[in-house]
Amino acid sequence: MRIGDAKQTYLADEAIWTSSTQKIWFALLLAVLLAFPFMASSYLLYLGCLVGIAVISTTGLNILTGYTGLISLGQAGFMGVGAYTVAWLSLNTGLPFPVTLLAAGLLAAAVGVLVGLPSLRVKGLYLAIATLAASVFLHFIFAEWEPVTGGMEGLSLEPAHLFGLEFRSDFAMYFIIVPLAVLALFGAKNLFRTRVGRAFIAIRDRDISAEILGIPLLKYKLMSFALSSFYAGIAGGLFAYFYRVVTPESFPLSMSIFYLAAVIVGGMGNLLGGVLGAAFMTLVPEALKLLTAVMTPIWPNAPVFMSPMLEIIFGALIVGFLIFEPHGLAEIWRRVRRFFHLWPFRS
Amino acid sequence: MDWLFFGEISLAGLAMGGLYALIALGFVIIYKATRVINFAIGEIMMFAAYLFLAFAGGMEISPWVAVPLAVLGGALLGGVIEKTMIRPMLGESPISVVMVTIGIASILVGLVELIWTADPQLLPSFLPREPVFIGELYLAPKIAYGFLIGMAMLILYLLYFRFSRGGVALRATASDQAAAYSMGINVRRVFNLAWVFGSLAASLAGILVAATGGLSPQFGIIGLSVLVVVIVGGLDSILGALIAGVFIGWLETVAGAYLGGEYRMPATFAVLAVILVFKPYGLFGTHEIERV
Repeated sequence: MRIGDAKQTYLADEAIWTSSTQKIWFALLLAVLLAFPFMASSYLLYLGCLVGIAVISTTGLNILTGYTGLISLGQAGFMGVGAYTVAWLSLNTGLPFPVTLLAAGLLAAAVGVLVGLPSLRVKGLYLAIATLAASVFLHFIFAEWEPVTGGMEGLSLEPAHLFGLEFRSDFAMYFIIVPLAVLALFGAKNLFRTRVGRAFIAIRDRDISAEILGIPLLKYKLMSFALSSFYAGIAGGLFAYFYRVVTPESFPLSMSIFYLAAVIVGGMGNLLGGVLGAAFMTLVPEALKLLTAVMTPIWPNAPVFMSPMLEIIFGALIVGFLIFEPHGLAEIWRRVRRFFHLWPFRS
Repeated sequence: MDWLFFGEISLAGLAMGGLYALIALGFVIIYKATRVINFAIGEIMMFAAYLFLAFAGGMEISPWVAVPLAVLGGALLGGVIEKTMIRPMLGESPISVVMVTIGIASILVGLVELIWTADPQLLPSFLPREPVFIGELYLAPKIAYGFLIGMAMLILYLLYFRFSRGGVALRATASDQAAAYSMGINVRRVFNLAWVFGSLAASLAGILVAATGGLSPQFGIIGLSVLVVVIVGGLDSILGALIAGVFIGWLETVAGAYLGGEYRMPATFAVLAVILVFKPYGLFGTHEIERV
């Protein structure tokens, strides 16, 4: 049983690390993340990269939806902006990846602010539908603005490069994606220890009360949109470098729903939840693919049923988590931890 | 400009708009009574259309029996969804409830693909085939008769809500839940009833739309157009749903005919964006007043 957790200052209450045990565990986790690409098979490495990209985007959406309480159905659109920015820049200017990624994030943030502007007048579900409209327009632009986006064919780009180094394989991409994901999480974690992050939370809890407390709603809502789409833009840029081809169909509406689902399944307003949700939602389809591969020798029809089953499981996960576990995987994680903290007593 | 062509396109668009109005009515009934935005309405329509396909195509029941059966099936589906998945979410934040309906949509798409495969299907034709002329304007018979059936249903609904006991209970619940409850109205049953009636309207419209345009698991995308309709009309306004339904249907068809199919969605969503900025609660929606 863990004891002696009494905090005496607000600073201690807000600290990222509350105990040395936590630091040790985190150092271990970093070591595992570092060692992972040297041991994992190429398939696992591919999954690791996918999860990393999903973590960045989910964290961004978590800032907007989980912490500020604004639902967005435009996350895939913002990712698309980032991806097209990276693709266009690397095709036409050949800039190294830190520059293109930053540009992707900034441009996506600018588009995010534009999309967030209706939040001046509408909120809640109306705002969600405004973001839906934005994603329809963005998709239209991706498909029709051929000189820049390459139309339905899309753009294919060269691998990411820096100082003459080329990041061609999944192995190399892992060392861009995962550090960025860790950085993104630290950024978000620190955000909610600042005035801005706390203003977001106040807006989520009751926007009118927040305004009475002196938080300018529009400014902070737009800031939340900008930050969230910045994350989405970076994730989209990484997506572009990872697959090295970007088409309008890479960012369908269902992808926005996927990220919303990841936030919900993980736990809204919880960064750890975002990570767990992103990993879980990315890995479920892969697990189902594995299961199908195992089943096929016994039951030859299995592959036919895989894609519908995936749809059903995806929907059932959303509905099931919302009804039975509204705080998501993060809450399950907390319960498991509490069990060990309190052991040998029962909570 | 070819006025004859424009007239024919407009006519087809208006007829399509009539069906949109019927779906939007189903949407608004659910929203008015239960304050749930139903993202699964397109998928409920799709499910009913597939039921019709199974009854009329698979079991070879006469279409005139199969249509009511499928519509009732859709209504039952709505009732079951409300009982099992929406009821437990009572009092949760609107984000959560919306996400539940999105989850339901995904489940329905998966079920349909599982049972009827993902291939596009054609519904057995059950509407008269003689071309319809209004003055000089030609109108495809499926669209014309679909419109007529849809309108008949719409008028039935409006009469029902105006005069029947259930309709009064529904309107009472919509205007003030607590007051309705204290007057002895069974609010839970009204919620269920709203889902049943909303899905019923959507199911009939689903069969009529699928009869003209074919059916596939992507059919539910029509739910997005309906979303535009109800936002433009005002989420809780039946009149708004009717007017906006006809207008959006017309706009979509005209934009599709003159600018090309890829302009259909952007055109309607542009109207949506303008409405959201200048009249956030739609043309006829109630302004919500919030207090701390």
